[in-house]
Amino acid sequence: MKKKQIQQFILSFVIALVIYGALMFAMSAGILDNYWSGILIMACINVVLATSLNLASGYLGQLTLGHAGFMSVGAYVSAILSIYFQMPFIVSLIVGAIAACIIGILIGIPTLRLKGDYLCIITLAFNEIIRVIMLNLNITNGAKGLMGIPMNTDFTTGFMSVAVTIYVIYSIVKSRHGRAIISIREDETASELAGIPTAYYKILAFAISAFFAGLAGGLYAHYMGMLVPKTFDYNKSVEILVMVVLGGLGNLKGSVIAAIVMTILPEYLRAFSEYRMLLYAVVLIAAMIMKEKNVMPRIKAKFAKKRHEEVSEQ
Amino acid sequence: MDFLTQIINGLSTGGMYALVAIGYTMVYGIAKMINFAHGEIIMVGAYIAYLVTSVLGMPMIVSVLISIAGCALLGVVTEKIAYKPLRNSSSLAVLITAIGVSYLLQNLFLILFGSAARTFPAYMPSGSLSIFGAQITYVSLLSLCLTGICTGLLLLFINKTKLGKAMRAVSEDKGAAELMGINVNTTISMTFAIGSGLGAIAGIIYGMSYSLINPYLGAMLGIKAFIAAVLGGIGSVPGAMVGGLIIGVAEAFTISYISSAFSDAVVFGILIFILLVKPAGLFGKNVREKV
Repeated sequence: MKKKQIQQFILSFVIALVIYGALMFAMSAGILDNYWSGILIMACINVVLATSLNLASGYLGQLTLGHAGFMSVGAYVSAILSIYFQMPFIVSLIVGAIAACIIGILIGIPTLRLKGDYLCIITLAFNEIIRVIMLNLNITNGAKGLMGIPMNTDFTTGFMSVAVTIYVIYSIVKSRHGRAIISIREDETASELAGIPTAYYKILAFAISAFFAGLAGGLYAHYMGMLVPKTFDYNKSVEILVMVVLGGLGNLKGSVIAAIVMTILPEYLRAFSEYRMLLYAVVLIAAMIMKEKNVMPRIKAKFAKKRHEEVSEQ
Repeated sequence: MDFLTQIINGLSTGGMYALVAIGYTMVYGIAKMINFAHGEIIMVGAYIAYLVTSVLGMPMIVSVLISIAGCALLGVVTEKIAYKPLRNSSSLAVLITAIGVSYLLQNLFLILFGSAARTFPAYMPSGSLSIFGAQITYVSLLSLCLTGICTGLLLLFINKTKLGKAMRAVSEDKGAAELMGINVNTTISMTFAIGSGLGAIAGIIYGMSYSLINPYLGAMLGIKAFIAAVLGGIGSVPGAMVGGLIIGVAEAFTISYISSAFSDAVVFGILIFILLVKPAGLFGKNVREKV
């Protein structure tokens, strides 16, 4: 078992390295221009956001609408450290992520004792409070926005962050702790009776989720070079949620693919950009109803049956 | 008497919150879900009244009635299309669908009407009365009266009529109510219709008090009303009424004595406080968890 895990790790490592090498080669050879490498960096940021939200919403089963809030904490803290304290890029990234994590724990302790619906509203409210604070503070320069952030995020840092995020979240999910987290989603009362400290695991998952949201925020800040509070509103949280729902709650691969698709697709659909939000809404509703009606498994079963018949005819 | 004026201002805003909170609380009591799209239904109500009066030139009473009917229909239709298929699935799925519906309505109206604010027709003269030295606008007076009348009628309906009894039965135990011959689907539809109709009245009061409406108005109003419903004890109609009034007064005091920038933060602070101290709310029953 251990040996298999090591083999799997090496295999994923090699695959990641090959993807990274191919994309780097494409960029340096000029196959992907600046515009596309920018989109790739945004895709990396979105993958970090989607996978981290998936830990809280997909695996833990607690719907949060404040992911953009955690992202903004990471973004502003890291940007302020870079601008006013001349910290190195990596340090400000990590401190920003830790700040988001601390805020996540502070929010999580009082709210995670409650049921999902309340958590959803509280995180939404928290997102708004953070936005109002960012609008009114002097150090964040209010609605005018924080400018002059050193633009340090390149594809390498983005890709590294994605690798670290996926590795950490995957390891947690596959571990004993991950099984505890999933058991809370399935039946909180039962898992508590089985001796799992549910409060501890809820806060743990929530904190890790917030940490990576903060990391994504730091990457975003150092990629854009400027920050305005309006970026991190309710719409951003819903956008991340759509990525997770589209990819499948509790499915890391799905989150990665959905995040990449949802970064690249809008670039092709610029003509319909005002309908994008409408489409997100329809995706949310349709995904849930289709899942309830078992549409996808039924279609899959139909195809499988057909194939089976073809094989038997031969 | 600035103090008295603030209290009455707060009560009239609170009345609006109360009408919305009753919608949340009723739907929660019956369907055990938080209808995230309720705030957007209020926005739709305000827009219907605006369209009927400003574009078609109908008198006030017609536009109010059309707005109530339109919202009630919208509430029933959303329930049938989006929530009914998910009636037995996890609360996470229902919540995500409700967020989707809310987002859909908001963005649909953004595309139809643009994000610029529209001027709401002036249904009431803009003057104010002076009572014991306090200045009360006609709009706040109307808002208070409407809230009182609506809540009173609703309580009578729930407690005295057969349909109200059916609603209470469904909220108590859906399965048992069905066995007793109560049509659960009709009862749920009716609850959505009543809640959304009250939402339309709240939307019109909003339009009259602020005289500008935009597609985003439902989002914040909805959240504050939800907080009011939680404060009063979700599932309890008198609780929603009291909660709404408390939130309104707290907000008015914050705006006049502290700063308008912090009014939202104070309301959210109330939510966090109540969830920590008494999660069942002021009038709520403590429900013990069953395995």
